[in-house]
Amino acid sequence: MIEGILIGLTTALTFQNILMVMVGCFFGTIIGMLPGLGPMTAIALMIPITYGFDPATGLILMAGVYYGAVFGGSTSSILLNAPGVPGTVATSFDGYPMAQQGKAGKALAIAAWSSFAGGTLSAIYLLFMAPSLSKVSLSFRSPDYFALMILGLTAIAAFSSKGQFLKAMMMVVLGLMLASVGQDSLSDITRFTFNNMNLTDGISFVLVVMATFAMSEALTIILKRNDPTSAAKQVSLTELGSIKINKEERTKMYKTIPRSSVIGFLIGVLPGAGATIASFLAYGMERNVVSDEEKEKFGKGSVNGLSAPETANNAACSGSFVPMLTLGIPGSGTTAVMLGALLGFGVQPGPRLYMTNPEIFWSIIMSMYIGMVILLILNLPLIPYIARILAVPKNYLIPLILFFSVTGIYVMSFNNFDIYLMIGIAVVATFLRLYDFPMPPLILAFVLGGLMEENLRRSLLLSNGSWEFLWDRTLTACILATTILIVVWHIYKTFKKKN
Amino acid sequence: MNINTTKIISLLFFIFSAFYLYTAYQIQVFAFDENAPFNARTFPIYLGYAGLFFSGLKLILPDPNTIKVEHKSLEYKKTGILILIAIIYGATILKVGYFLTTSLFLFASYYFLGERRWILMFLLSFPFVAAFMYLLHGILDIYLRDPFLQSIGVMG
Repeated sequence: MIEGILIGLTTALTFQNILMVMVGCFFGTIIGMLPGLGPMTAIALMIPITYGFDPATGLILMAGVYYGAVFGGSTSSILLNAPGVPGTVATSFDGYPMAQQGKAGKALAIAAWSSFAGGTLSAIYLLFMAPSLSKVSLSFRSPDYFALMILGLTAIAAFSSKGQFLKAMMMVVLGLMLASVGQDSLSDITRFTFNNMNLTDGISFVLVVMATFAMSEALTIILKRNDPTSAAKQVSLTELGSIKINKEERTKMYKTIPRSSVIGFLIGVLPGAGATIASFLAYGMERNVVSDEEKEKFGKGSVNGLSAPETANNAACSGSFVPMLTLGIPGSGTTAVMLGALLGFGVQPGPRLYMTNPEIFWSIIMSMYIGMVILLILNLPLIPYIARILAVPKNYLIPLILFFSVTGIYVMSFNNFDIYLMIGIAVVATFLRLYDFPMPPLILAFVLGGLMEENLRRSLLLSNGSWEFLWDRTLTACILATTILIVVWHIYKTFKKKN
Repeated sequence: MNINTTKIISLLFFIFSAFYLYTAYQIQVFAFDENAPFNARTFPIYLGYAGLFFSGLKLILPDPNTIKVEHKSLEYKKTGILILIAIIYGATILKVGYFLTTSLFLFASYYFLGERRWILMFLLSFPFVAAFMYLLHGILDIYLRDPFLQSIGVMG
């Protein structure tokens, strides 16, 4: 492992990669602060830039954007009570009341240090867990992978949108259907192309991400007359107060951070769960374990109440890399985008990545830590100034998002058809968003579609067409039982609500 | 059964899944693959049934979280114009070239979204695109096709 860490450090500490982490963190912080524009949009917009880099650098840039976006979301939660990303909603419970008491600077400092500590601890957990899990996952067979993918898709559908399980499952199926367009990987038979040569190679992953996130979010902002930048204009540079944390507050944080980081990391590892669930769980658990006197302060500016979700959401970000790096199965929409980008680079994440491309594997892990340090440096002194940059009017912001989306497709294919297809998918996605159809399950399904078909093919061929492979191995049966439990539970809940 | 837009979307998805399933059954496979446990049409067929299953469930099950959208408050006109500009942008980018079409696309989008600060609009279109092109083409070595700049001798 020491050798791996050194490989990672050597790759991550090059001038270019440090610069990429800095650019990623800065850009991610800005996008994350804008309510409505989350890490997936930020990463999608970065994809065209990464074409010019090697895979390690490209992924380091995207990882920086990811942490930056989560950090940025916390800032708008604290200063404006307008969470930039869902994972920072719990931050606003105590962060905003603290800011209203004239302690905005202190709240930002607590959030920054908690995120830093949560991210650092989870990077250490990842350091130990990922290689071990990689070795374990080498024993996984096709039926296990197939069942695991079904579980991942079901779980993301269950957690991505409260009370909208069936809508999310429809999006999963739609994502898989889109992934099935083009040549069959084994027989080269074309499917669903309707004799259009442009569809022979299938629909590009970047196109789907740009359409369903970047472009569709831009259109939704215009359609709903939202102005994500208006809140940033309210930030006052002079009323932030001191950023110093006193001894009593530090003592509280020392207790909160370790337990919240463990919760955050473990929730992040689970497929489908992520920063949002992790931060709420950590907040809830913290409220249960503190003294009655401290419990009274929750919701009114509690240090524990702010530190817990901030630690957990950053820890969950690192945790979500575990299934992607070790199994090649992304656990969240954001890591699905990264997986798609990696596949675009010709790198297949999974248990063998650890052996075949150790420089990528380790440099991502090491760059996470470097990213945390950079975010701390960025967040504490610069946040008020970054917030002012956000006062860019939406009249400029929206065309720029569309411009990045179209450029991303243009440099990839030099093809009008792809641009029209992207606009078409974006219009449909905008309409579906209006009615609360979640997009992350669609992206995850689109990324996993090919792998899923491949594993199902192998499983069915090995079992001579029998579906017994689903319960032949204990591991496969357990994964499948969990999936069935999730589906039945959600359908039962729908019935129960009505009655 | 309460008919709302979500149910209509589910119905459309149901029809789409039925069409997908029909098309999946039409996929031509090799003769020796016809009776194989898995061929090119197996997975799409399962997907078609899954689509029918979930959209069918959404149609028949009660919808406790009905989403109501106030259509009057939505900005259809500006959104439509923006989509139209994007389509024109997509149609001309290959023939005219990246620099001119992108700059005009940005300028037109700023204008139709209500911006009237001409100098800022100009700076955030033509010089901005030129700088971005330099970043992609000049520094990151990502090829950008541009017949217009080639015709005036700016690009090789």
